[in-house]
Amino acid sequence: MVSTIATVLMWIVGLSMIYVLYRTINGHPIERRVVFLYIGLAIALPLLMQKTAPVPVTADVQKLVDALDELTPGSKVLAAFDFDPSSAPELQPMGVAFMKYAFKHDFKVIVMGLWPQGPQQANQAIEDAMLDPLIAEKNLVYGVDYVNLGYQAGAEFVIQSMGSDFKRMFPLDDRHIAYDSLEILNDITNFSNIDFIFNLSAGKPGTVEWIQIAVDRFGAKCGAGNTAVQAPQVYPYLRSGQLTGLLGGMSGGAEFEKATNEKGQASTFIFAQMISHAMVIAFIIMGNIAFFMTRKKKKA
Amino acid sequence: MELFGIWVAALLTLGIFSFLYKDNPVYKICESIFIGVSAGYWAIANFFDALHKKFWVGVFPTDGSDPNYMLWFGALLGVLMLLRLSSKIGWIARWPLAFIVGATAGLYMMLYFVSNAMNQVASTMRDVIVTSPETHLIMWGETIGSILIVIGVVSGLVYFFFSKEHKGVFGYTARVGIWFLMITFGAHFGYTVMSRMSLLIGRIDFLFRDWLHLLN
Repeated sequence: MVSTIATVLMWIVGLSMIYVLYRTINGHPIERRVVFLYIGLAIALPLLMQKTAPVPVTADVQKLVDALDELTPGSKVLAAFDFDPSSAPELQPMGVAFMKYAFKHDFKVIVMGLWPQGPQQANQAIEDAMLDPLIAEKNLVYGVDYVNLGYQAGAEFVIQSMGSDFKRMFPLDDRHIAYDSLEILNDITNFSNIDFIFNLSAGKPGTVEWIQIAVDRFGAKCGAGNTAVQAPQVYPYLRSGQLTGLLGGMSGGAEFEKATNEKGQASTFIFAQMISHAMVIAFIIMGNIAFFMTRKKKKA
Repeated sequence: MELFGIWVAALLTLGIFSFLYKDNPVYKICESIFIGVSAGYWAIANFFDALHKKFWVGVFPTDGSDPNYMLWFGALLGVLMLLRLSSKIGWIARWPLAFIVGATAGLYMMLYFVSNAMNQVASTMRDVIVTSPETHLIMWGETIGSILIVIGVVSGLVYFFFSKEHKGVFGYTARVGIWFLMITFGAHFGYTVMSRMSLLIGRIDFLFRDWLHLLN
């Protein structure tokens, strides 16, 4: 019922854009609040419609999935959650999809964060992944199949120190259990014992620091998921081969969900994102029409 | 309690959104609450994560391990930093600052030289014509990409070369460089729009799903 009403309203909003264009051509541009309203509707209505958009998997995302596919059951994967709730709409779906993939493929997952709220986001992602019946029936044990080392202050210096000794940076885990008491960490001293690093980053410290230190200095292999704002800064590392796969923004998350057959939040959000982008493009075109019309009138 | 939290979050979200209409007292209240809560959170987080976890536990260990006396040196530098508050002996704060600048510069000099200079330059020096390893046929997509990288790097560098006047061939190349820069800025802007839309989607999804229960 809600979906049908939203679809009808979406059509009305779409058709009303013709009227907005007509007004603009006649030299009566709409005010900014109306633009805000349209953008709001372009997000709210598609969410209520609960549709998904076609998402082709790009080479950057496929590279990450291929690297994960090469790992064998029991591989040690370090998942660094370097973001806070303000970036969660973009990065949390990636985190959940990654955890589902890792647990289903029996990887040993070691979680940490260079941002104070990162480990909490990781716990939430693990909880969401555990709701999957296939994962729930594995009865994964904390400290044996996965562990959360928690947050450590010190930004990039933490990565630098982990290059020689993990335990020095994390003598206790997030639950205040001693490093040596955790079975999953028994044979882990430094990055040479980690098969893959997956970093979710919303800024600094984040993916760039992991590449500079863990990858280039200590030879680790790293893939990442970034906010859309940060992704363009990281793409050069992808082409140079320093980074193994990148999920850029919500579309990257949706592609990852599709490539790993783990349909989640990003897949449901991407339709709203597509419509809102179309709306932004439409307003940019209208703005340019208004600009040229005004200039033409002034010249006349 | 969770329901109360959802209602508070939803009302604060709407309060912040109200700024889109115009500045108003409700928005001011929501903004002040956000700033206050953030400041309080960071004060407590820094106290426990840095002062307690890094310093106190290190110098007064309870697990039988040896105290790390080097941490007193860091604590001393921290105290010296606070001397900036004094107008008479504020200059002492330059010492810890110099230590931080020196240590960070030392670390970053090598990191940036290897990761951002050497590896990136090496990545630019690739075969312009890319062929498939199996069929030895030209891979047109990759080849066009490589050619664009060469043109972009050269013209971009020419644009930032100010010792020669941008005239003639040099000027045309610099103009191509501007185009590459503009396209780069456009891509950045596009990604920023995508990011901001994602945040708005997250908030509206929260309102519809957790608050109004309109979504499953």
